Amino acid sequence: MNTAPHITASCSISENTVRKNGQVLYSLAGKEPMDLFVGIYQHYALEYPRFYKMDSLAKLGWLTSEILLKESFDANAYEPEQTGLILCNANASLDTDIKYLATTNEIASPSVFVYTLPNIMTGEISIRNRFKGENAFFISESFDAAFLQQYVSGLLNQDILQACICGWVELLDKEYKAVLFLVEKKETPGAVLFSAENMNELFYQKEASNG
Amino acid sequence: MSEIYIVADNIVSPIGVTTGENFSQLTHQVSAIKLQNNTTLSPESFYAALFNSDSPYRKEDETYTAFEQLLIASISEALQNSGLPAGDKRTILIISSTKGNINLLENHSLHKPTHERIALPTSAKLIKQHFGLYHQPLIISNACISGLLAILTAKRLIASGQYDHVLVAGADIISKFVLSGFQSFQAISPEPCKPFDKERQGITLGEGAATVILSRERKNTDNIKIMAGAVSNDANHISAPSRTGNELAYIIKKAIKDSGLTANDINLVSAHGTATLYNDEMEAKAINEAGLGSVPTNSLKGYYGHTLGAAGLIETIISVRSLQEGIILPTKGFEKSDPSAQLTVADNFIREPLQNCIKTASGFGGCNAAMLFSKQ
Repeated sequence: MNTAPHITASCSISENTVRKNGQVLYSLAGKEPMDLFVGIYQHYALEYPRFYKMDSLAKLGWLTSEILLKESFDANAYEPEQTGLILCNANASLDTDIKYLATTNEIASPSVFVYTLPNIMTGEISIRNRFKGENAFFISESFDAAFLQQYVSGLLNQDILQACICGWVELLDKEYKAVLFLVEKKETPGAVLFSAENMNELFYQKEASNG
Repeated sequence: MSEIYIVADNIVSPIGVTTGENFSQLTHQVSAIKLQNNTTLSPESFYAALFNSDSPYRKEDETYTAFEQLLIASISEALQNSGLPAGDKRTILIISSTKGNINLLENHSLHKPTHERIALPTSAKLIKQHFGLYHQPLIISNACISGLLAILTAKRLIASGQYDHVLVAGADIISKFVLSGFQSFQAISPEPCKPFDKERQGITLGEGAATVILSRERKNTDNIKIMAGAVSNDANHISAPSRTGNELAYIIKKAIKDSGLTANDINLVSAHGTATLYNDEMEAKAINEAGLGSVPTNSLKGYYGHTLGAAGLIETIISVRSLQEGIILPTKGFEKSDPSAQLTVADNFIREPLQNCIKTASGFGGCNAAMLFSKQ
């Protein structure tokens, strides 16, 4: 398999809108983030009770990954060790950190504390899809497509991974944005080359379409 | 393939502020763990490895938080040792931390500037300015494997030709946030932690910072080479380790294979060894499955406690020093072996020529990391 890495699917959830491969799939106006996430979960009839246990950040990342992979990913094509996740955001798990600290005034909650690490979201997506390969969580002020492209391409080109979900999942208070890319070493209909330019185009799509 | 060496390092811990001081303390069996009576952190007394409250190494001032002060102290000393110019275009810094400035949440009202001040990219910018670095630092926050993952990332950045030198620095401080969280999990040991011991009762937390500087240019003949490393996920549970240890075993074997070695070539396993019931049991299964059950294995948690984002770095540096000096350190706290976590736990000093060491780590989120270091 010497095909260059391609983005074989993308999915974003931001500003009340779900987009898959650049197309608007679903929109729910005027909702608070948590209501929106539950609305999306119900709309797609995703049956996964663990969803309700997750913190907001994991809910957002998990939902985005579900819609990303739905009808776009052949799980049987890879060994679990060949699939991985490289994610990033700006504020780590600060949204849940604040909620956890509030519980310590009464009784510190272990079920909230466990989500005070950003890579718990990585764990949730890994559990759901049996992704057992490389995983890493990077923190950066803004989405760094050039870095992500180099890092993930390196993992694929050296056969450390054969398929990788990478991207940005950020949530703090009522601000949120998730954009995930499925990257594989194959060309499928609609796939685009895995480049910083193509990632940025999908990442900043909303702003662009509003002109 | 390019060769990559550790050319300088530093540990700032409650028992020493250079690698030399720290290693010397460990060879004298000094532990940083003490009974703490600190009602700001916990209403009850607890064991932990903490800096004294008046320590200059983690004293926040108007510019830097306690976390940043620790990082700066460690990076400064390592840089000085390396003789490398910090501002070089071919040099980048990677910062490793699990909770960074989270203690600020405890002292400040929750308004926007505080969120920005807490955010790790703010610390990265300040540290970049402090040292006059050319590039914006990368930041890794991946639970307890952060330090090892940062070293692996650094190795990849050099191997791919993007950089010639990478500074890898990690730190975490113990705040009420972190301590109460582990207490809520009932994961804190009521006595100094006892890794791999039959009667282990959980972890002891610690704080510290450490820096390693990786380079494609060997500086001294005894510089240790970074051979290979890998990361995996259990895909099993978000806070409990794998039941089988298969995923950790897989990457230990991969690191050995990618180094062109076999299990027989490994002289030392520096385990994560947190002293929780399930971590140590899982690790023992993995180490055995990887064919290393008869190789001397130690955990350094009995000296430093679990230093979170600094742990992988501190333990790598001590293990590197072990290879250089030919001394395997005993696992402090270990007395009786556990049939369910059976390993060749180093319980005394072993002095012999050492060639290859495997360092492992595992953490929340189901993540595992393994790296192989070699004396050439």
